[in-house]
Amino acid sequence: MGMELGKYKTCVSARSTDKEILKKAQDGGIVTSLFVYALENGIIDGAIVSGQGDRPWKARPYIATTKEELLAARGTKYNISPQISWLKEATRSYGFDKLGIVGVCCQMQALRKAQLYPVGMRDVPDKVALAIGIFCMENFPYKSIQQLVEDHAGQKMQAVKKMEIGKGKFWVTTERGNTIALPLKITHKYEQPGCHVCLDYVSNLGDISTGSVGSPDGWSTVFVRTKKGEETWNKAVGAGLFETKPIEQVKPGLELVTKLANEKITKNKKHIEERATFGVNKGLRNPYI
Amino acid sequence: MPSDVKMEKKVEVSKKEEKPVSNKITAGHVHLSGCTGCLVSVADNYNGLFKLLDDYVDWVYDLTLADVRHVPEMDVAFVEGSVCIQDHEAVEEIKTTRKKSKIVVALGGCAAYGNITRFARGGQHNQPQHESFLPIGDIIDVDLYIPGCAPTPQQIRNVAVMAYLLLKGNDDQKKLAGNYLKPLMNLAKRGTTACFCDLMYDVINQGLCMGCGSCAAACPVRAITHEWGKPQGQRDLCIKCGACYNQCPRSWYSFDVMNEFEGIMDIIDGAMK
Repeated sequence: MGMELGKYKTCVSARSTDKEILKKAQDGGIVTSLFVYALENGIIDGAIVSGQGDRPWKARPYIATTKEELLAARGTKYNISPQISWLKEATRSYGFDKLGIVGVCCQMQALRKAQLYPVGMRDVPDKVALAIGIFCMENFPYKSIQQLVEDHAGQKMQAVKKMEIGKGKFWVTTERGNTIALPLKITHKYEQPGCHVCLDYVSNLGDISTGSVGSPDGWSTVFVRTKKGEETWNKAVGAGLFETKPIEQVKPGLELVTKLANEKITKNKKHIEERATFGVNKGLRNPYI
Repeated sequence: MPSDVKMEKKVEVSKKEEKPVSNKITAGHVHLSGCTGCLVSVADNYNGLFKLLDDYVDWVYDLTLADVRHVPEMDVAFVEGSVCIQDHEAVEEIKTTRKKSKIVVALGGCAAYGNITRFARGGQHNQPQHESFLPIGDIIDVDLYIPGCAPTPQQIRNVAVMAYLLLKGNDDQKKLAGNYLKPLMNLAKRGTTACFCDLMYDVINQGLCMGCGSCAAACPVRAITHEWGKPQGQRDLCIKCGACYNQCPRSWYSFDVMNEFEGIMDIIDGAMK
């Protein structure tokens, strides 16, 4: 297909050099480290991150203005966090002129739509200083995660230390050391339906996008995509924030990223086609024009 | 004069205004039943408005800003407000606007969708019979919508720059501007009603919502929150402006435009420098 990885300037495998960040990071601690660096160096005034909601492992958008708040949001939560809902509020109530935001692929799309077609996003378009996109195959409603953890894995939500999707399984690790691996065959039906029309796997529209796929355990694959992204990334690497390796020199490398991206896009394109003939002479909407 | 008061150097009379750029497009603001908030949003581009007026647009009609009594010929008419069908003047004005403009833009929620004027019931001094207000698209053909209450200064700026490129640019610029404007032109064909319900009908019920939160941020009356990651609208608060639906990335989305976001933002920034 050719464009499955989006436009990018460079791609590396990277890991934060900050031990504190890595302790609770999902993989290489890329997002947290970049935001901490950007915050401490005046590149951003604060960032919309995905913090802890009102139930164990429930995600919610959170506006972080300190390193502590950024660190509190480490790790992936695998349920919906409406990041964009705070976009205007961050520039108004919080008064940010330079905003950081992290989100999954569709949220990067929403962000760019908000900038190019700011229908209800007064004064937002020119205030986004650093948008970090996360690789994403699909997301789950909170109740789905609860069902997977409690019913399928047989664990209490509050006992979970880490959730992870990798190597074809959904992994639940508890504070007491249990590890349960659910085959993705089980998780599929719990996925958020809206994800099945998504044609982006590696957050093509982030300034920088990152995810575990393609890099060894504990490392992250990083695409640097825009001028803004490149500027911040180069400064951060120059300041010694990350260990990096050329993506060509790590296993499984870009080959796996490309394969999974194509799998997602092909599957979802097919889904969109099926929607067009869903009923009898009636179809479901296709949002793409 | 006391000796400690310094006389400031007299400001030199500024240079004579240069000849207007002949390449400009002509545009104007047609004011129907709206609150002038849309026009204020145009002005809220601050220096950007001067840049637009200096280099790209001759502002040929505007009851509040230009000394012109009747709707003149123009390339682009930005119409604010809905049409009171009991107001003969308003009906004539919108018809004339259609006749005399190449492109008619519904500027803001009232012109596009009726917005708050949908709730009008008349009975107000001194024209109590003025009770029925329609979006301009119910009276004339409209080419393009800029929804929102108020539409944002940046959205107006983006459309103005793109309209200029479409009418005066080179082939590449025309294509880019065409791609950019196409979704907003499609909106003009889609219809004249808007509501939080659009999100329910065309996004959520259609299995397209992924809980990004755009709608909640876009809503000017904070009627939308997210419960369990999905939008909930307090429909009694909804003013029917269409911002939530149109901000949603799953209502309409153009890869041609969005994949070029960095280049397009550079072009707009460059045009405004």
